[in-house]
Amino acid sequence: MPVEIPTEKWTGKIREVTLGGGGRKTVTVGGETALPFLHFEGSIPNRPVVAVQILDCRPDGWSEPLVRAWGDVVNDPAAWAKKAVELGADIVFCTLASAHPENQNTGAAEAQTTAKKLLDAVDVPLIFYGPEVSDKDNEVLVAVSDATSGLGMALGVCEEKNYRTIVASCLANGHVAVGRAPIEINMQKQLNILMCDLGIKPDRILMDPTTGALGYGLEYTYSVMERLRLAALGGDSMTSMPMLCTVGHEAWRQKEAKSSDGVPEAWGSLEERGILWEELTATTLMSAGADIVVLRHPRTVEMVKSTIKKLMGS
Amino acid sequence: MALTGLEIYKLLPKTNCKKCGFPTCLAFAMKLSQKGIELSACPDVSDAAKAALEAASQPPVRLITVGAGDKAFSVGNEVVLFRHEKTFYNEPGLLVTIKDTDSADSAAKLVSDVSAYAVERVGKDLTLNGFAIKNASGDKATFAACVAAVATKTVLPLALLSTDPGAMEAALAKADGRNPLIYGATKDNAAKMAELALKHKCPLAVISTDGLDGLVEIVEIVTKAGVQDIVIDPGARGFADSLAALVQIRRLALKKNFRPLGYPVITFPGEGTNSPQEEAVLAGQHIAKYAGIVVLDHFSPETVYPLLTLRQNIYTDPQKPLQMAPGIYTVGDPTDNSPLYTTTNFSLTYFSVMGEVEASGVPSWILICDSEGLSVLTAWAAGKFDSEKIAKTVKSSGIEDKIKHRKIIIPGYVAVLMGELEDELPGWNIMVGPKDAVDISGYIKKVWTNN
Ligand code: SF4
Repeated sequence: MPVEIPTEKWTGKIREVTLGGGGRKTVTVGGETALPFLHFEGSIPNRPVVAVQILDCRPDGWSEPLVRAWGDVVNDPAAWAKKAVELGADIVFCTLASAHPENQNTGAAEAQTTAKKLLDAVDVPLIFYGPEVSDKDNEVLVAVSDATSGLGMALGVCEEKNYRTIVASCLANGHVAVGRAPIEINMQKQLNILMCDLGIKPDRILMDPTTGALGYGLEYTYSVMERLRLAALGGDSMTSMPMLCTVGHEAWRQKEAKSSDGVPEAWGSLEERGILWEELTATTLMSAGADIVVLRHPRTVEMVKSTIKKLMGS
Repeated sequence: MALTGLEIYKLLPKTNCKKCGFPTCLAFAMKLSQKGIELSACPDVSDAAKAALEAASQPPVRLITVGAGDKAFSVGNEVVLFRHEKTFYNEPGLLVTIKDTDSADSAAKLVSDVSAYAVERVGKDLTLNGFAIKNASGDKATFAACVAAVATKTVLPLALLSTDPGAMEAALAKADGRNPLIYGATKDNAAKMAELALKHKCPLAVISTDGLDGLVEIVEIVTKAGVQDIVIDPGARGFADSLAALVQIRRLALKKNFRPLGYPVITFPGEGTNSPQEEAVLAGQHIAKYAGIVVLDHFSPETVYPLLTLRQNIYTDPQKPLQMAPGIYTVGDPTDNSPLYTTTNFSLTYFSVMGEVEASGVPSWILICDSEGLSVLTAWAAGKFDSEKIAKTVKSSGIEDKIKHRKIIIPGYVAVLMGELEDELPGWNIMVGPKDAVDISGYIKKVWTNN
């Protein structure tokens, strides 16, 4: 007697969000009616995608193997973005780090210059994050938003204490807003509602559930994402936005991905350990529902892309 | 999974004949659901009902122990599909493969490296669980000799991998008293392997080359023979098919109480992948999604450390978050002039603070107070992180001998404690840090140079 495979009858569906457009290449994420990669119980029209994180200035304090892997391109955002796309980036994720007051405190003009350079350098969709200082975020993200009107950028982050300006600008220029809550399902949902109250369409929102790296809160992010995804598939339309995880940023700032001196022998070689730290953070969060993983190391990009391909059954 | 009174009632004769001493079948069913009476009190219950009730009283995923003594590990007994619903209880066993065709020297080195491997994380020693010895030679004597050699060199549990009952019998003789996992029973050798499992009282793995249907068939053969301790291998080796198989097995066990698949699953991520790194990625998937035993073809510290960390993360009880031991922690090499932060012992709080302090590039001291694992705001609200607690920790930790200055940075969320803490710690300068760890870097650069 054949075993009867138990499937869940989900009533909900993850929203489809499209980045890019306006004559540029597009990438669509979301649309699932099944838990991650469970093809036997629903449809997964869009595979998860890989965004590669670059900075608008030379990275300071990045792990040595990571900087070495990129080489000279880290001195030039446009060259860096190009190389990222050559290595398989579906999206380029640019952090406007130079705008941080502790960094170069750059402003609107510099952000616009960076954005234009990137638009010229690559044709994939772009995501911009600010330096995560509210005032500066508002300044540089709005500048980028205006300079890229109609081209379907994603801009973040919107947090409960600072979302209005960014959401309003996304709305005006047809961009996607990324909302981030501190690893908490109800706050994430609440933020989605607040953002929608400003008039932005739910399918122009991505959720950043706050990423905990392997060994540094991964399990919290994992479970909150599983809960968000279950709620969405169960029919909750305010948790059904696709999810983005800033994997590389979190994984590579941990000691395990940075230190080769003075660490236990049982940690093994730094480079392989660091890459696997990032890979496992990425793939574990994909199995909890990540639709966009933002990565840093070229080899992680390669491995995660091939893993996605295999999980999608091709 | 225990049945409700109503579910039991449906299985009873429904004649209300009162022979059980209850006025109705429903009343009897209710009592039975509370385990206040035995089913045998009803003389008319059918065999089918008996079997259904018996199955329902078993754990949905049977607990299986591999190995003997201190290092034995147990897997199974899981009750949820998602860790947030309760918790995952028994961490999957991680075994490293040894082939009986490996040279004696390289096998011996691997055995000693893996047996000695331990890495400390969040106050726990993380280790690998044992070895899977593979009869790659196809030869009985070679296999037995290899098992004998490994068994003398390690106390860790063993799995014996051969589908030849003769080779298995010879190997089992060399692993007497070690309670190894026999891997395993196929369609062709099931009866013989079941016999060996019974004779040696060892757990038996069932191997399917024909998906879940094939698996059930063989499980039924070995259970009919009397084997109870079973581990199952659905045969899926890739990313997508193994995910589907493991999810389906866990769902069938938990939601359908499907007995033939109510056992821990063994996986072989090395067989579906092309490099040690990719093997680790697939092993990670198996750890998160429902494997009971994961057999690794490659061992290197830089791949097992991340995997052991992942296993610890996923199997942490969400209701009882990991706590840090209270006391003094350092970031970088702090001197007697370095900043001193204090916060609670909720591990995520600690790790966020630690990460940001590290990112600030300023070597520092972090004093962790015992808040019973609560985060700053919750601990403060619950009275577990107050000025008295902080002052006591300062005094008892010995931090006063390590620093010359008398400045302590408290989390911004508990700024209200400042006044009280000044009273509790005379001579100290209480500084209010940022609310969120992420702002530590900017904060410390401002205040510490000016101070
Ligand atoms: S003896 Fe059995 S059939 Fe009779 S009342 Fe009790 S439960 Fe029902």
